[in-house]
Amino acid sequence: MSDFLRSYLTVGIFLGVAVVLVSALLGLSSLLRPSKPTPQKSIVYESGVDPVGTGWAQSQIRYYIFALLFVVFDVEAVFIFPWATRLEAYGLFGLIEMGIFIFILFLSLVYAWRKGVLRWV
Amino acid sequence: MVAQNIFFGIIAFVMVVAALRVVTTKNIVHAALYLVIVLAGVAAQFILTGAEFVGVTQILVYIGAVVVLFLFGIMLTRARIGREVEVDNEKRWLAGLVALVLFAVMSFALVDAFEDSRIESVSGGTPQLTSEVSDAIFKDYLIPFEAASFLLLAALIGAIVVARRE
Repeated sequence: MSDFLRSYLTVGIFLGVAVVLVSALLGLSSLLRPSKPTPQKSIVYESGVDPVGTGWAQSQIRYYIFALLFVVFDVEAVFIFPWATRLEAYGLFGLIEMGIFIFILFLSLVYAWRKGVLRWV
Repeated sequence: MVAQNIFFGIIAFVMVVAALRVVTTKNIVHAALYLVIVLAGVAAQFILTGAEFVGVTQILVYIGAVVVLFLFGIMLTRARIGREVEVDNEKRWLAGLVALVLFAVMSFALVDAFEDSRIESVSGGTPQLTSEVSDAIFKDYLIPFEAASFLLLAALIGAIVVARRE
């Protein structure tokens, strides 16, 4: 196993310890604590007020647009990271290429702004 | 190499089980959450082959953004989310056929491109550097890179046109 993968093995072990620790603690407490469920106890906590309807509700389309905007700029960021590692080697050419890329994606933000979908009403 | 194969097997098994749950679960929100396990498995496989940047990108873009988009997409629909409903329909055999053809085409492309070459001989046994990814983007794949931005622009404009109340 290479050094690279050995360093990720640490991440794996950390993850495993975290899972074991949490399940051990929660399992132990569920074994020790008394369990007396009542209908009042099992309703959803909604800031002290009785909840109306179910938790499964249809969401607004506005959230979808925000999620899509997030995808667009997430992908943009992902392309900027490798470019940044070789920034000096590419020089002006790289700057122009990335400029075009960012400009095209910026147009989508301008479009969203002009259409008023960024406004939170 | 043996340890790598063992981890590959474990991750692949978890991925296959989660992928089967994606299509068999009755709750479509749960299906999206099982998809997170599959995509995390893909990221783990990338890291196992030394493609660190691609693995991190997989987590950042797919788990961080695309699944969120899926969840909002599911929650938008009038489909009865959350309740145990019959989500199958009569077209499932046709869908199965399409999936089978897709599997055949993709596995043929993989086998055709790499034949029996091993990962160490392709990558040289060292993890791929992010600067190598960058060189590939800015030398061989410059046009697809710029085309990707157009694709994202078109997707966003399309979504805004569909979503906006006229």
